[in-house]
Amino acid sequence: MGQTIFEPWNDPSAKPLIQFKNVTKKFGDFVAIDNQTFDIYAQEFFALLGPSGCGKTTMMRMLAGFETPTEGTILLGGEDIAPIPPNKRAVNMMFQSYALFPHLSVWENIAFGLKRDSMPKPDIEARVAEMLKLTRLEQFAKRKPHQISGGQRQRVALARSLAKAPKLLLLDEPLGALDAKLRQDTQFELMDIQEKTGTTFVIVTHDQEEAMTVASRVAVMDDGRIIQVDTPARIYESPNSVYVADFIGDVTILSGTATPRDDGYDIAFAEGQPPLRSKSDTRLDKGQACHLAIRPEKVSITAEKPVDAANAMQGKILDIAYLGNLSTYHVQLPNGQIIKAQTANTRRLSRRSFTWEDDVWLSWTDTAGVLLAG
Amino acid sequence: MRRLSWFNTTALTLGFAFLYLPMVILIIYSFNESKLVTVWAGFSTKWYGELIQNEAFLNAAWVTLRVAVISSTIATVLGTMAALVLVRAGRFSGRTLFSGMIYAPLVMPEVITGLSLLLLFIGIGLDRGVFTIILAHTTFSMCYVSVVVSSRLVSFDKSLEEAALDLGCSPISAFRLVTLPIIAPAVISGWLLAFTLSLDDLVIASFTSGPSSTTLPIKIWSAVRLGVSPEINALSTLMIAIVAVGVITASLITKRASLKQQADERAAVHA
Repeated sequence: MGQTIFEPWNDPSAKPLIQFKNVTKKFGDFVAIDNQTFDIYAQEFFALLGPSGCGKTTMMRMLAGFETPTEGTILLGGEDIAPIPPNKRAVNMMFQSYALFPHLSVWENIAFGLKRDSMPKPDIEARVAEMLKLTRLEQFAKRKPHQISGGQRQRVALARSLAKAPKLLLLDEPLGALDAKLRQDTQFELMDIQEKTGTTFVIVTHDQEEAMTVASRVAVMDDGRIIQVDTPARIYESPNSVYVADFIGDVTILSGTATPRDDGYDIAFAEGQPPLRSKSDTRLDKGQACHLAIRPEKVSITAEKPVDAANAMQGKILDIAYLGNLSTYHVQLPNGQIIKAQTANTRRLSRRSFTWEDDVWLSWTDTAGVLLAG
Repeated sequence: MRRLSWFNTTALTLGFAFLYLPMVILIIYSFNESKLVTVWAGFSTKWYGELIQNEAFLNAAWVTLRVAVISSTIATVLGTMAALVLVRAGRFSGRTLFSGMIYAPLVMPEVITGLSLLLLFIGIGLDRGVFTIILAHTTFSMCYVSVVVSSRLVSFDKSLEEAALDLGCSPISAFRLVTLPIIAPAVISGWLLAFTLSLDDLVIASFTSGPSSTTLPIKIWSAVRLGVSPEINALSTLMIAIVAVGVITASLITKRASLKQQADERAAVHA
């Protein structure tokens, strides 16, 4: 269709909007961010994903100006932002608690930042009206924050932080306080608004589904370090470590030792089981410890032994999780290892093919799993 | 309405009796016709009339009012600043000493506070008068303001201030535009508390006042030593009335605000 795919991180001539260069942040002896270097490009929707305490919020607060790096520099548009106080940065933040001013109306909340720039009054009115329209809040303009619902408050917070048309918008767990259904709708709304305004968004979240849905690239963090920065699809399909594979989505990790054969590896993982077969670009030596990460939806489950499957093994169904659209089976191999397999429930009212204690065959192709060095 | 058990009824009656019986008797006798305080001789408001003509009392009332307004205002500013430092500044060296010094007047016997202030004023050669009473009252009421304000600041969401900074406020305008309006109820009640404390202080005022600056409590105290007159009863009744009106108004305002907020929140949930 002639549309160029948005992938500035693959374009060596693209200039990043934000550059972290060897940034370290310490609180006393505690290292919150450990010597990190990475780039964020203009118009990206960049997600910082990780468990609580991994340093993702510290990263964001350094961008906002509430924390300064202990070592290293952060560049915004090529300029070191360390000496710029938060009120002078072209960066706005949407707070996790929304931090709406309770004594001001929705209108005044959105106008707050514009008034600080001593913008002429008609311009303020036009801009606030635009923001109210963007977030569908026109009829709530005169209400106070405690007079509107949680979802509306979230939109006020977004409108307020977007009103000043920042170069960069930071979102700290923006949907944390919303219930599941509203959260999904709001995720799409956020993406829509991000596209409309062309603002660069950096979102902090511990919810992997949220990060995968909204982001153009996801940085998976652990213990003050970014483990992998990549597109959601690559994070999911080609994780670079057991940590990332395990953190994102559901996965079975089989550990064993590798033996190169033909264009792949045989992985001995359990006594009395045939070796696992995996094709991979990962370089492994003979006898090296490794892990095969395999997603449940890549594992087929059948009653009879499948012919010419690269990997096939028999087990007993231990648990079934019925999720409506999907069913996840926990199948136990004779040696005790549990492998997860998922099937889509494409037919309504079909007879359940498998039930607890059934003996079944699991199989997957030689490219279905991700081979990771141990 | 739930009926109270006999135990609750008794407790309530005793409580109210201990708290308010003396005041009720004082109010009743302020309308006594007789000059003898303890003998009832019929209803009259003549003592109130005489009170208005008593120049000494009126002067003392004027001094008291000025002292209360000025000292409570200064105490509110200083107390709020102290509270901000205690709650916000984290652990600086000398913090424990500072907080101890702020809260010391809460537990210090008034006589000692009064005496030490008196020695200070004599030491630095300050003539005692309205000014010294204001200083003394500021000193001891500031800690009450600081207690009230810091309890509000503890529950104050700091991200509100960060949001203000993020949207382009300098730290000072963030305080003026966001923090102050939100903690205003605590600051106002701190001011009211300081005002009331200053209004009825006798001990510290008697140490730090000069001949030209008698406050109302001192005046009443010295008048009572010559014998209780119905005029004093009338004066006290007026003071009770002023304080009661103030307290009731303040609590009504708070209650109405919270009721309105609850109703709004219910409406928002159903909206």
